[in-house]
Amino acid sequence: MAYSDKVIDHYSNPRNVGTLDKSKKNVGTGLVGAPECGDVMRLQIEVDETTNTITDAKFKTFGCGSAIASSSLATEWLKGKTVDEALAIDNMEIVEELALPPVKIHCSVLAEDAIKSAINDYRVKNGLAVLEEAKSHH
Amino acid sequence: MLKLPIYLDNNATTPLDPRVLEAMMPYLTEVFGNAASRNHPFGWAAEEAVDYAREQIAALINCDPKEIIFTSGATESDNLGIKGVFEMYSQKGNHIITATTEHKAVLDTCKHIEKLGGRVTYLPVDAEGLISLADLEAAMTPETILVTIMYGNNETGTIQPIREIAAIAHKHGALFMTDGTQAVGKIPVDVIADGIDLMAFTAHKMYGPKGVGALYVRRKNPRVKVTAQMDGGGHERGMRSGTLNVPGIVGLGKACELARLEMAADTERLSKMRDRLEKELLTLEESYVNGSREHRLPHVANISFKYVEGEGLMMGVKDLAVSSGSACTSASLEPSYVLKALGLSDDLAHSSLRFGLSRFTTDEQIDYAINHVKEAVTKLREMSPLWEMFKEGIDLSKIEWAEH
Repeated sequence: MAYSDKVIDHYSNPRNVGTLDKSKKNVGTGLVGAPECGDVMRLQIEVDETTNTITDAKFKTFGCGSAIASSSLATEWLKGKTVDEALAIDNMEIVEELALPPVKIHCSVLAEDAIKSAINDYRVKNGLAVLEEAKSHH
Repeated sequence: MLKLPIYLDNNATTPLDPRVLEAMMPYLTEVFGNAASRNHPFGWAAEEAVDYAREQIAALINCDPKEIIFTSGATESDNLGIKGVFEMYSQKGNHIITATTEHKAVLDTCKHIEKLGGRVTYLPVDAEGLISLADLEAAMTPETILVTIMYGNNETGTIQPIREIAAIAHKHGALFMTDGTQAVGKIPVDVIADGIDLMAFTAHKMYGPKGVGALYVRRKNPRVKVTAQMDGGGHERGMRSGTLNVPGIVGLGKACELARLEMAADTERLSKMRDRLEKELLTLEESYVNGSREHRLPHVANISFKYVEGEGLMMGVKDLAVSSGSACTSASLEPSYVLKALGLSDDLAHSSLRFGLSRFTTDEQIDYAINHVKEAVTKLREMSPLWEMFKEGIDLSKIEWAEH
């Protein structure tokens, strides 16, 4: 399968690979996917509680090039966004940006799930309700 | 200067040896006759070339030249052997025994046999990919007409106990066939000493051309016959009709001759190279050899790297042409059924690489491959949440994953 230049770029030079301290109250962690399915993404956000802005984002992904690129791109987009803006990220934006072929759309869906899961984790830690809409949609 | 990518997928196909091409060339040009033309020198020259090739092949596997039936390749030979025996020996019985790790050319042919009313037993294999002789013995029935077990496996290189298998088949009055595709030309295969009644093999796995192979069919003790699966001019003693592929056959013959002369030297060189590659890659933590290390083809290594994903790994080793244990044909990955049969979990099967070395592989290429794979695996693990969890001592099997 031929990968787009952007996928290859993110795969070769992944942005924001790493781990945030998940014990911190202002860090939200999302872990989605399953090893048997061939992809697992862990996406973390660090939120400035006074401005509700995402100040840092990190990821680690076990998966194909498209999965790695989707999560790498997601961390780039998350930084500087408010939590509400982050919630609005749609998987199809990732598909377009990375020119993912139809068989790789699930990678973008997983990235969107990871974002929502991380935000929910942050919300729960801070006594906020879980956003139902953010539940996995597949 | 090293040319990239490096071809290490020689179980899929090998390059044509220039000496083979040289032998073939006249038969692609001036010596173009039909080997079945009996009335003029054009035909005689072609027939002579075919007969010479039969002798070259017979010398490699220790058979009579008349016992070679030329086909289009191993898939056709597997089909002809299994279907041909099933049809020819239908009076005697309808039961065939094979193994779960066979090539699709055997497995799918057996599925076809089942549709025709035959009964097929698929023997399981152990963690090294070997069948159990006790299982085979237990599966034999008076209706068993054929036991077909491959010589060396295409994915792992595991070599089955061929002589013992043949002895059990014969004890119960069944024929023994083997798919010798990966073994012939690579390790000594002697149809008499091994007790083989039928054997499929092909030219393009031993530096010959694609599109030509053979089925060895024993002519005495016992005299084996197969029902033709293609009707026509009655070529190849009536077992395989169709104008002979003379240049291809000449190539197969030459490839067999070279294999016979150079096998010992090739094996020594390649097994050293393979062992070095394997030893180096096993210095990576959580990497495992798939298949038997004791009973194995000399040029094959199949290694799984835990906590990295197969397709990502393939992308990371882009400078190498290798095969992976995951056939990613769609959004859902299909792990190799051969590795699954060895008891590997899906994720370990996915994260495997198969290295197939050839006569043309160099030490320099192996050095490059070692570093390239090490770098890719290390980089992907640094990026892998599973690797991090493993390093923290978390039991991944205890995590409730969100299946998707």
